[in-house]
Amino acid sequence: MLANDLRAIHPEAILAEKLERNELTLEIGADWIVPACMFLKEQQKFTRLSTVTGVDRYPSEPRFELVYHLHSVERNERVRLKCRVSGEEPEIDSVTSVWGAANWYEREVFDLFGVRFRNHPELRRIMLPDDWEGHPLRKDCQVTGPRV
Amino acid sequence: MSDSDIPGVTATLPETEARETEARPTVRRMTLNMGPQHPSTHGVLRLQVELDGENIVRCMPEIGYLHTGIEKEFEVKTYQQGVTLTDRIDYLAPLSNNLCYCLAVEKLLGLEIPPMAQWTRVMLTELTRLNSHLVWLGTHAIDIGAMSVFLYCFREREEILRIFEMYSGQRMMTSYFRIGGLALEPPRGWQQRIRKFIDVFPSRVDEYEDLLTNNRIWIGRTKGVGYISIEDMLDIGITGPMLRAGGVDWDIRKAQPYSSYEKFDFEVPTRKDNDVYARYLVRIEEMRQSARIIQQALEGMPSGRWTADAPHIVLPDREKMKTEMEALIYHFKIVTEGFRVPEGEVYQVVESPRGEVGYYVVSDGTPKPYRVHVRGPSFGNLQGVSRMVEGTLIADLIAAIGSMDFVLGDSDR
Repeated sequence: MLANDLRAIHPEAILAEKLERNELTLEIGADWIVPACMFLKEQQKFTRLSTVTGVDRYPSEPRFELVYHLHSVERNERVRLKCRVSGEEPEIDSVTSVWGAANWYEREVFDLFGVRFRNHPELRRIMLPDDWEGHPLRKDCQVTGPRV
Repeated sequence: MSDSDIPGVTATLPETEARETEARPTVRRMTLNMGPQHPSTHGVLRLQVELDGENIVRCMPEIGYLHTGIEKEFEVKTYQQGVTLTDRIDYLAPLSNNLCYCLAVEKLLGLEIPPMAQWTRVMLTELTRLNSHLVWLGTHAIDIGAMSVFLYCFREREEILRIFEMYSGQRMMTSYFRIGGLALEPPRGWQQRIRKFIDVFPSRVDEYEDLLTNNRIWIGRTKGVGYISIEDMLDIGITGPMLRAGGVDWDIRKAQPYSSYEKFDFEVPTRKDNDVYARYLVRIEEMRQSARIIQQALEGMPSGRWTADAPHIVLPDREKMKTEMEALIYHFKIVTEGFRVPEGEVYQVVESPRGEVGYYVVSDGTPKPYRVHVRGPSFGNLQGVSRMVEGTLIADLIAAIGSMDFVLGDSDR
């Protein structure tokens, strides 16, 4: 239902939808994330952004999955949005203009995955020191073994 | 009496200095670094505060000092080993995190948890809530200047930690909830121990209230302080008691019940004032409601097994393992390899003492999670610091951030 409402306004936005274990996932084209979020917040009352995170699908392409968990207090519903971006110079539009909460979550994804967010007010590392090299949550970042 | 009446004091500034201040009004601003080591931040949080006299013009929180890479570490541990990591995220609410992680993985597995384990989980999670709120109340009161409340709160907290020790052998990092149920059978005599505690606890809450609720200094320091609008809170991701102190009646235990919370009778306290005092009242009332839940769990505790009937996931009893071939094989498989979890992803949320805890678990069908993301409530709450304190007085900063009740391990992970 949610997907159909979104399709009515932005026909190309949704690439796939699935309902698994009672959780709705909408796969959104990376270029459509801001209009889709705007629609879900303004028209569908998803007033809260619960979290934004990433999944590294290395070595397959497009490599990074960005996962947005939205929540509506009023409707008592949750929805998961997913975008895939390529591994080379991963970039996507920031949703900070929709929810203020996105600010730190996107900084965290930038810090740990190295995905850049366009139009983010202050895109810099949040967890690691500013002079840290690399992005630890990427799958090609090793956990054990000698330091190279 | 003005300054000019005192002999020898001139009220006007020398001409040049006066002109300079007029031309550059921002010159008097001072930047103050509060933290990373500051007793009232209860951890390593740094607040860069820009001051104009005593007014806060800008407040920039800086986190990450406690980042330990827990999310990465999940990926090299088996699902069951991951439980121990969840304890270490939030040292005041380890069981809430245990519960959320276990529920997420159990949802992936499609595992049915016996009622006895579910009720014990509810009871212990509520004890965790008491534990966390007690530490919050004690330290928050000390920050504001009420010394003695701390001692009262820690008296009860000590008893809760002893109960945790009796259950799991550990006071803080309990890891008592495991995927598939509980780690051990509840200890002998737990009923008497919990009854003894819960019988006196409501009167102890009265004691805290006697010390604070009508205390003029307490009211003066907390009423009307730390206001942030509901729209801002929802926008920035603040959850839990803070949101309820603004009047939003949203508690995950009621809205999306888990672990049979729907079978318990309790109320979700809310207030309208949206200040530090309202947050205090909400948490005090939450303690009373938690005590009610524990009372109900104690009286209605179902009998039965404490682990699910899933031999490929839950370790067999010691006796069986030594006498039955089948059990020995399962034991060997679980210990050496772990169990496989079907492919998929879940996002499970629970109401921790601080707000919405969320675990996003992605499985690729192997015995180790492909990705685990933790949505810590402190992370979301802390993001709202700037909006809450900007434009207020520096003296109210401590009261305001104290009322957020954050744990830095939870926000930095």
